[in-house]
Amino acid sequence: MSSHSAEPAVTTGWTGRLRELWLRKLPPEKMLPDTQPAYVASWIYVFGVLTLSALLIVLISGGMLALKGPSWWHFSATGHFVNSLHLWSVELFMFFMVIHLWGKFFMAAWRGRRAMTWITGAVAFLGSVGTAFTGYLVQQNFDSQWISTQAKDGLNASGIGAFFNVLDFGQMLMWHIVLLPLIVGVLTIWHILLVRSRGVTPPIPLRERRPEPVHAGAAKATDARNDPNGSAEALS
Amino acid sequence: MDRLGALGQAISSPPINLNHPGHYLHWGVIQVSVANFVVVIAMIVVFVAAVLLPFPKGRRSR
Repeated sequence: MSSHSAEPAVTTGWTGRLRELWLRKLPPEKMLPDTQPAYVASWIYVFGVLTLSALLIVLISGGMLALKGPSWWHFSATGHFVNSLHLWSVELFMFFMVIHLWGKFFMAAWRGRRAMTWITGAVAFLGSVGTAFTGYLVQQNFDSQWISTQAKDGLNASGIGAFFNVLDFGQMLMWHIVLLPLIVGVLTIWHILLVRSRGVTPPIPLRERRPEPVHAGAAKATDARNDPNGSAEALS
Repeated sequence: MDRLGALGQAISSPPINLNHPGHYLHWGVIQVSVANFVVVIAMIVVFVAAVLLPFPKGRRSR
């Protein structure tokens, strides 16, 4: 008996069900599309992928700093360069992300069952602010001392000091290189998968289409009422 | 070599002198550093340009 049957294979176990769920939510043509809708041909749609590109540079330069250590980034020319690369890629990351946020806000990008896409993006933005803040705290210079002593009273007043003590260098370093990047990374991947699943938000239509008139005479009368100059003929 | 070093220093040095405390702008209760203000203005300019500038025609899209 041949194993190539026309009947669909019955999936069993959690791996099979997970595969079916994944393929139903994110089939390959949605996961890696080779075309995009015409409305995506606008500069404002570029800032999401610019943010993602800057984030990759942040992660790569941060990984290099973690591997080589403080004596390298403080005292060698290459270390200084990678340290600066890390700083400036973060500056660009925040710059692009804010423009991406403005664009999506004015586009009401939560339309069309995209609420979770909006929420994951917003929380990833807040997580990025925390990651950048802890980055400033671990510079090991007067700037980081100034920022931590300015921030401690406000944060301790909120009761978070037991878990987030800005004067504890080791704890801030771990928040900066482990916990917060993990949160931002998971949220970013979730956000991108949701964008792939739901599709890119279309722009808001200029105005609702008016219902078609029943006959030409009624259309002319309607246009004359809506036209402040009374030049309904010019519009047609 | 000295001339080359001076050239490298000239290229890598910032266009404005940063060796001083930051400048701040004050409007009542609002206070912002000049550096942050410049970044905010740059973001607004880039946002408006991204909305208004035409996108170059590339691959055919559906």
